[in-house]
This record gives sequence, C-alpha cells and structure tokens, in this order.
Amino acid sequence: MNILLIGASSAIATAVARRYAANHSSLFLIARNGSRLALQQQDLLVRGAARVGTRVLDLLNHEEHETAISAATEFFGEDDIDLVLICHGSLPDQEAAEQDFDLARREIDINGLSVISLLTRLAPYLKEQGRGMLAVVTSVAGDRGRQPNFVYGAAKALVSTYLQGLRGKLLPYGVDVLDIRPGLVDSPMTQQFDKGLLWSSPELVARQIEKAVRRKRHTVYVPGYWRLIMAVVRSIPEAAFKRLKF
Amino acid sequence: MRLSGWGRYPYAEASVLAPRDADSTAQILKTSVGLRMIPRGAGRSYGDSALATRVLSSRYLDDFLSLDRRALTIRCGAGTTLAEILRVCVPQGLFLPVLSGTKNVTIGGAIAADIHGKNHHVDGSFCDHIERFTLLLPSGETAVCSPTENKEYFQATCGGMGLTGMILDATVSLKKVPSAFISAQSIPAANLKESLALLRQHNDKQYVVAWVDCLAKESALGRGVIYLGSHSETGKLEHRSKRRLSVPFTTPGFLLNRYTMGGFNQLYYARHRFKKSVNSVYYDDYFFPLDRLKGWNRLYGSGGFLQYQFVLPDDAAESGLRETLETVSRSGKGSFLAVLKRFGPANANWLSFPSEGVTLTLDFKYEPDLLPLLDRLDEIVLAAGGRHYLAKDARMSAAVFRQGYPNWHQFKALKDRIDPAGSLGSLQSDRLGLTQAGVRSSQR
Repeated sequence: MNILLIGASSAIATAVARRYAANHSSLFLIARNGSRLALQQQDLLVRGAARVGTRVLDLLNHEEHETAISAATEFFGEDDIDLVLICHGSLPDQEAAEQDFDLARREIDINGLSVISLLTRLAPYLKEQGRGMLAVVTSVAGDRGRQPNFVYGAAKALVSTYLQGLRGKLLPYGVDVLDIRPGLVDSPMTQQFDKGLLWSSPELVARQIEKAVRRKRHTVYVPGYWRLIMAVVRSIPEAAFKRLKF
Repeated sequence: MRLSGWGRYPYAEASVLAPRDADSTAQILKTSVGLRMIPRGAGRSYGDSALATRVLSSRYLDDFLSLDRRALTIRCGAGTTLAEILRVCVPQGLFLPVLSGTKNVTIGGAIAADIHGKNHHVDGSFCDHIERFTLLLPSGETAVCSPTENKEYFQATCGGMGLTGMILDATVSLKKVPSAFISAQSIPAANLKESLALLRQHNDKQYVVAWVDCLAKESALGRGVIYLGSHSETGKLEHRSKRRLSVPFTTPGFLLNRYTMGGFNQLYYARHRFKKSVNSVYYDDYFFPLDRLKGWNRLYGSGGFLQYQFVLPDDAAESGLRETLETVSRSGKGSFLAVLKRFGPANANWLSFPSEGVTLTLDFKYEPDLLPLLDRLDEIVLAAGGRHYLAKDARMSAAVFRQGYPNWHQFKALKDRIDPAGSLGSLQSDRLGLTQAGVRSSQR
C-alpha cells in the first residue's frame, strides 16, 4: 500500500506506520520534528517498509501545506495514494485555553483548522485518482462538550462534522472518508494522567485502525466499547449534563 | 501512580517519566542530579529492581536503528522488546542468540539483568552477544560501551540493574536459523538425581531445561520433565501472531493452594511420564509458553508473588537442591513453575547472575509467613556456595547479596565515582546496600 501519514510522529501514527511497514508498504511521513522523523524513517525501513519519504512541516503553517503535499505526491509518482491518515493533535490545558483566546485559537487551529486545510488540498487529489481513503484521527471528546476538555472537543467536533459532509461529496468518486474516534490512549500527549482500566495502548488503537481501513468503515470508535460509552454520554439530558464535571 | 514489578510485590508510589528521545532523556538526568530515579523497561523484573519514587521509562526509545544482514547485527533503542526484534528477524531467517522465558522484555532490561535462556550452557548470557551499547551516565553524558571500549562501564552495566546509567540503544548479534520451528523432545525423570543426570547428559544439546514438581516428596522428590530443543531444519520462516488468552482480573489468591498446585503438577507429570516424544514446535510456543496467557501474574491473587531463583555450583548442587526442595516440600508452599537448568561458565560482568552449576527457579504466592521460609532457603544457598538472581529478588538482605556477589565492592566503587550525587537508585539497590536509601516509598 502507499500511505501518506500526517502528524506521523504521534504515538498512534507511529504504531500505525509500524504495522504497515511490516506489510512492506511505502510510506511518506509528514511531521514537525526533523530528528524524530529521521529516526522513524530508519525504524520503518528495518521493519520492512518498501520505501519511506519524509517532510518536516509545522502544521500551523497553512501556507506550507500545499508544498508538503506536493512532496508526497511526487514521492509516490505514478502510483495512487491508497490511504491518507491525518493523526496530529494537541491536548490543551483547558483552564488556560478558557482564559486566553490566543491559546484557544492556536489549539483549535492545530486540532481543527489545520486538518480542514489539509483536507481541502487532499480531497481534489484523491477525487482525481478516483480511489483511496482519507482517514482522520478525531476523538470521542468531539461527541459532546464536557467541562474538562471542551476546547479540544470543539476542535475535534469541527473536524468530525466536516468529515460527515465530505464523505458524501466524495462518495461518487470512489473515495472513502474514515473518522477515527479514539477514547483514552496512553501516549506522550496524555502522560500527565493516571491510567486506569479504560486506557488503551497506541498499538491496540493502530490494530483497530488498520482493520477499519481494510473494511472501509466510515466512523469507528477505538476501542469499540467507546461507541457505547459515548452513546450513553450523548443521551444524558442537557439539564442534567450541565451539572456534570467529568 | 502505583507501580510494581511483574511479581506485584512490592508496590511503590512512583512518578513515571517517559522521554521521547535520547536528548530529552539526557536533559532529565542533567536537570535532576541527586533526585533519585531508576531506569525501567517493560517492568518484567519480578521484585523491586525497577521501583523508585521516580522511574525513567524507556518505552518511547523503541526505534530500530539498523539491521546489518551481513554482519548479523541489529541496533535498536533500549525500549525495543525481544518480541519486536523477533517479529522483524524471524521472517528473514535471523534469530536472537539468547531468549528469556518471556519475549516481553526490553533490550535495556535484558542488558541490565544480563538475562539467560535455555542455552546458557552453550551460548552464555545475553550480554555475551552485545556488540556495544550507548550508556547515558548519571551525569547526562553518553559513553559507548563494548567489551573493549569503556570496558569497566560495560562490565558494570551488564547485570548492573540500571544503576550505572540509562541504556539508550544497543547493538545485538544475531544468528541464522533455517526455520521458525524448534524440534523439541521431552524426557521424564523420576527424581532429582535422574533430573540432574539427564541435564548433564544432554549438556551438548542447544536448549535444555527441566520442569520440576516441587510438591513431590521422598523418593519422588525432584521428579520432573527434561525438555530438549534445537532449531529445526525444516519448516517455514514466518511470523505468526496468535490470539492470547488473558487474565483480565486478579483472581482470588486462595485458588492457588497446595492442593490445586499439587493436582496440577500430578497431571503435568503424568502427561509426560510414559512418553519420550519429539515434536516440531513453533518457536514462540517453545520459548514463551507463558506469554500465551496474558497477565498470568494476576493468578497469584492481590498479594502478588515472589520468584526465587538461585544457582549452585555443580559439586554442591545435588545436596543443596535436595535440601531446598525438602524444605519447600515440608512448608507445603510450592509453585507451578519450578524450573531447573544447568549454566555454563560465568562471564566477566561484575553483577551478572549466571555461573557454572545448576539453577532452580521457584514461584511462591506472597504470604506473610513466606519471608522466613525464603530466609531459610538463603542460608542453604549460601552454604552451598550459590547466589540469587537480582531480577527476581524482592527481599534478599544486603549480607546475602554481598556473599553471593563478591564483586559488589568493585561495583559500588564505580557507582560512587560516576554517580556521587546518587541520582540513580531503586528500592532494591537501597536494600542491597548499593545506594543510600532516599525517601521511603510505600511498601506493603
């Protein structure tokens, strides 16, 4: 498979890339940290990747999105891109983001707008190909605005809603759109939390993402039990929900 | 968070630092001189060797750096597990020269404990196959260590339980194998004498290990099954991932008692008693049968368990083992896992466990009256000239440690020199007198 990974150094993307490398896929990685990317490239080649290309990009810099994507399409040349996986994200300090709009805007940009920018540029490309899949890692936090993380949640909800519309738009062109909603994932992004029973490893999430891609699903909760949990969370009447601090 | 070793005894309250790369790892050490912490890999040592109030995890240092098919070496980050290496290597006909009983240990941990496998008598221990590693010293500086370069760091770090620094990456030698299968043979042994004789008799075979029924008494004392293995010439080179059973919750500890374990051992022995069978077994099932049961350590109940492993020199082995097994048998505390194996000669590393002789591993469910029994066993082991495996230890005294490891003072001298502020230390190293006890951690 030919795979473009954006936010390629995130824990989930790292685990996903390793799975596809073992199947001798070709991968193009876009991420912010150049030295991390170089290590990752080497790692994926040892694991069996056919080819690995990289591009350093700060995703807040929307003007650079176009050239980074061109670098990727050049890397794959004549071959179609089978899968684009957008994985980057940042978990803001909710309290700080509530009090400082610049911070809130920045977080909404990273988790929301930068994804829309990428999708805007990638959608025509895949449409042109007439096949392939656009997959984005969003979050269960987008399902309902909860007090401890609604800035993050709002940005993720923005992306999920956008994907719903885009999915229909791309359907006639044979392009699939996958919304991946992980629950609690034990990764560097969540290092400050104590981990309990509901936490899952990036490797488990990666396995389920691979499965969802293979089955051409449209919206997946990973692990699957989060669909149930979030159904319950969504069903709580707002009159009661507004009093909940979880 | 509450953290423990694989034995789930003892627990300690610890904050875990998991740096994403070598630079940030160095930064942590540089900025926390004298704040005690201990490197931790997969947390597969059984006791308290990777426990401290601050733990420096290698979990994100898990990139492969290179695979050299001509020189037969692989270089990877310290947090890479044996499982990941095998996943990459086996399909290419390459194999790790030494494997522990679980594949879920990291390279850093494997070096720190200088782990051994079923082939120690012919191939030595894990560190005998390490070309070099990068060590982040307590000062935050790095040193490349090999048997010839920075030799004393190498000899102190191999088996040094993470006390000399944090291993960042390592280059491991590989061997070629014709298939992913092991041709395995099992031979029943009626008692201890026969078990030991069979181990000696098959000393030229590559993989040799024995299971011992340590609840059997009198004439059947030490009865067991000897397992021989060698790499099969036929069979595919493939990676198989298998569904694993898992123990999702801690089961009540009372389910493992002398009757259930005695019954298990009876059945297990009976299965092998009348046959001398040869099979071709996938390597994963051969080397790591317990990995199939994820979280098997929860079977021992909420109190956890202790593993007790020691080695005795050949001349004292039979009498020492007999006395040990009799003492255990009398106490009525026994284990599923009693494993007997012959070691080859020791290497030059200061705190490496294996030395020529016979090693026995016992599991005990934790109970308050277990500790006096283990103290009693310590006396038997020391009297026979033996010593204990630090990766399994959770309770040995400093005196017992010092008698078993005469190089301890050499180790301590180097440790004091490279880590004068005491940046690295574990609950174990405090107990063994290798470091000064810092802030006490909660211990049950």
